[in-house]
Amino acid sequence: MKLDNIYQEEKKSNFAKVSEIIITMASRPSGFIGLSILIFHVILAFISPYIAPYDFKAINPTLMLQAPSAEYWFGTDDLGRDVFTRTILGGRTALTITFFGSLIALLWGGLLGIFCGLVGGKTDDIVMRIVDAFLSIPWILAMLLIVSLLGTSTEVLIPALGFFYGKGIVRVARAATHDVIAKDFIVSARARGHSNFSIIWNEIIPNVRDAILVEGAMRWSWMLLGFSSLSFLGFGVSPPTPDWGLMISNARGLMSFAYWSVIAPIVGLSSLIIGINLTADAFAKALGIDRSTKAPV
Amino acid sequence: MTEIIQKVKNLSIGFKSKKGEEILILRNISTNIKKGETVGIVGESGSGKSTLALAMMGYVKHGLYTIGGECEFNSSNLLKMKNRDLEKIRGRKIAMIPQNAGQALTPNLKIGYQIDEALQLHSDLKEEEREQKISELLNKVRLPSPETIALRYPHELSGGQQQRVAVAMALAGTPDLLLLDEPTTGLDVTTQAHVLELLNFIAKDTGTSMVYVSHDLGAIAQVSDRIIVMYSGEIVLEGPSRDILKKPIHPYTYGLLKSIPKLSLAGLPQSMPGSQPQPGTMHRGCSFFDRCNFSEEKCKNNSPQLEYLEELKTSVRCFNYKSLMNDSQVNQTVNKIKMSFQDKEILNLSEVSISYAKQKLLDQVLNRISDDNPTVKDININIKKGETIALVGESGSGKSTILKSIAGLLRTKGGIIKFDQDRSLSSDLKERDPNDLRIIQLIFQNPDESLNPNHTVEEIIAQPLKLYFGLKGEELKKNIIDLLQKVRLGEFYMSRYPRQLSGGEKQRVAVARAFAAKPDIILCDEVTSALDVSVQAAVLNLLQQLKEDFGTTYIFVSHDLAVVRAISDRVAVLYQGRLCEVGPSKDVYQFPSHPYTEVLLGAVLEPDPDIKPKLVAEDIVEEKPPQKGCSFQGRCSRILGDICKNEVPPWQITNSGNSIRCHIPLKELQKDQIN
Repeated sequence: MKLDNIYQEEKKSNFAKVSEIIITMASRPSGFIGLSILIFHVILAFISPYIAPYDFKAINPTLMLQAPSAEYWFGTDDLGRDVFTRTILGGRTALTITFFGSLIALLWGGLLGIFCGLVGGKTDDIVMRIVDAFLSIPWILAMLLIVSLLGTSTEVLIPALGFFYGKGIVRVARAATHDVIAKDFIVSARARGHSNFSIIWNEIIPNVRDAILVEGAMRWSWMLLGFSSLSFLGFGVSPPTPDWGLMISNARGLMSFAYWSVIAPIVGLSSLIIGINLTADAFAKALGIDRSTKAPV
Repeated sequence: MTEIIQKVKNLSIGFKSKKGEEILILRNISTNIKKGETVGIVGESGSGKSTLALAMMGYVKHGLYTIGGECEFNSSNLLKMKNRDLEKIRGRKIAMIPQNAGQALTPNLKIGYQIDEALQLHSDLKEEEREQKISELLNKVRLPSPETIALRYPHELSGGQQQRVAVAMALAGTPDLLLLDEPTTGLDVTTQAHVLELLNFIAKDTGTSMVYVSHDLGAIAQVSDRIIVMYSGEIVLEGPSRDILKKPIHPYTYGLLKSIPKLSLAGLPQSMPGSQPQPGTMHRGCSFFDRCNFSEEKCKNNSPQLEYLEELKTSVRCFNYKSLMNDSQVNQTVNKIKMSFQDKEILNLSEVSISYAKQKLLDQVLNRISDDNPTVKDININIKKGETIALVGESGSGKSTILKSIAGLLRTKGGIIKFDQDRSLSSDLKERDPNDLRIIQLIFQNPDESLNPNHTVEEIIAQPLKLYFGLKGEELKKNIIDLLQKVRLGEFYMSRYPRQLSGGEKQRVAVARAFAAKPDIILCDEVTSALDVSVQAAVLNLLQQLKEDFGTTYIFVSHDLAVVRAISDRVAVLYQGRLCEVGPSKDVYQFPSHPYTEVLLGAVLEPDPDIKPKLVAEDIVEEKPPQKGCSFQGRCSRILGDICKNEVPPWQITNSGNSIRCHIPLKELQKDQIN
């Protein structure tokens, strides 16, 4: 018998790795629920334009504030628009903008954090104090300023959200880098004379990737809430585009007698946030970042 | 004396793997601990020795569970007891001394308070009595001035003192059984010898039974009456300590004792092939079959049972123990190392000094280092091409610091590092050109940390090849396979990750990576201290073989004098960042020696109950080198007086070319030391 039977684990393809992680995530109840909700929302976002029963901007004064019925499943709003149509379409903008916003946040936050962690010293001090300064500004005020100066187009919202939600990632990436940087393999790479770029790319990123991805997933759900708040305040997407934040804001005053027009977008928004949160949690556990789930011994 | 206080019966502990298989960590262990005896449990990492010790106090690690058997203490099974009942036994009847006392003590509570807490829990003493008891306990573990120690915080004590406090806390409940899990492993050699001596004294003084868990046969030999040798979760040999160390009748113990380097023998010990099987991979046959020199066909499919031999009072798990019984005196054979160095000097360190002091603002602005008492000072060493020079000393002696500066990882305060007698090497990495970086490579202590866990072996070894030689594609692959073969690993290792390798294999990969750069000098920083004893000899042999093949020069840092004796041509002894003695290794290990070398040599633990360590100096720890005079003045037992305190001692050279830095004339040193 060969001594090293236990080591007969071959190098896996990336696809196999990803599918293994997804299977592990789905194998725990919370992960399964989170993944299902997230996948449901993503699929809905793709197919909603084709399945929407009515035109989302078709105003019909004769149908104002109709209660849910067989014809209008979720009822109609104060302008007589179909709430079901607007709800299933309402997640599209939010998902798209925050998804790309999170990618930008991950990219700049992650890279800057890693860089600061690696070089340390004065550069690190200066950059981190600037990040701290930005962290102390209430983001919503800053966002309002940007939006009122530059408008509410997607091209403005994505980078602006990406910037504001990346600040937190800088700190996480820097801390994760500090854990790795003291290890001898980094010292070894330095002593060999590798460039900073090569050290970041080859030695650090593979070791901090997981922590940063999990943080990014968490930021995504925060950003979604933030984006919806902007819309709620009227600074997100502009009407008549269907958007949950906007819909909640419009129907808020009618809540006491036409609850249906506000319930549907609230359920849509909160279920998506919960879904992303649960998924990010399960993702962290599947990657073994959560210590309590590590294998024994 | 025959009263049994702890009875372990058919104990099996294991865990369930992902696939649902039951994997055993301990397999059917039965043993008894008698009152007043000290039992040493020895084994490699992963042999289950710590799991057994923890089970003896009714504790099973999270994730593991008891599969069968019991641990009986005072005729009740600890493993079935409720936590509430166990609390009454733990601390009062059975106490534990952890490996790392520094982590076991609460950092923000004073020592006295922590001992008081233990007393409140585990004794019925009143408040006034407790206070007296605290100083009594601290006295017992020989801590100087108990009253002041009690008022200190753990971080204000040295590692040895912390370990003593841990012993005092364990003794607070006057336990019947004391479990010690590698209690001296993290300590310096001299401190280790002192703590062991203390434990011996306490065992005799209080009549407490002790279970001493360690991987170090040297430490076990000093304290235990009886030894249990564990391998792969089984007891393979159990018997009186002297018999086991002098005439081991199990092939594993025999091989292990042969592979430990000894002070009295220069040259590399024979290595044991292979490594211990991982839990869950053994299904039938003897677990030691693959590594055994005495195995037969029947060992492959039949597991031997533990057999008790009345005449030797020993239990052994082997079919062939008889063949070892006749000639089992461990005749250690060593491969003498060839002195292969040339006259040409490859690296000169002259007047090197290094400072860790925080620099003042003015110095920072001027980008200079000013410190009149630097951590490392006056280092003058000329290293010849192809030689192995060892830097030896306790922790804090500056040996790793010097390595870092040679590698360019730490700026020096002053002095020159010259390569090939003409090229001056900057101690700043950024000022070195790629070729300067290539000629010096590092091998680190812990391969778990020095190999990127997310890279395959192929990627790890490819890095220097790509960086220095720009190799690509087939040629790169060919070179990697070539290097793997040189470190005796097969081609199939290329696609593996470090976590899939054993400790010895990982260190081989690290060696291969260092040699990939085709360096002239390799800096080895404690390269064997994280490895198991049976693997250590194999790595040392490999390093020696590679050196002979490539003519590389090694600078070898170690705290283990026996390992240094085995591999090095020349030894430099350091204390507080100053050189004490430099010379050919055979002469450094002989008298006359610098008083500090004498202390170090005396404290070495040999796996032989007849060789006791000689405790020459106190094991106090100095934080800073003295401003003037001899660096060793604080601990020297041969101190002459003011001359040692005020004047830096001169270098004295013996007939054999050994330089000793001491005020005492060589003849007197020699006379004293031989007596």
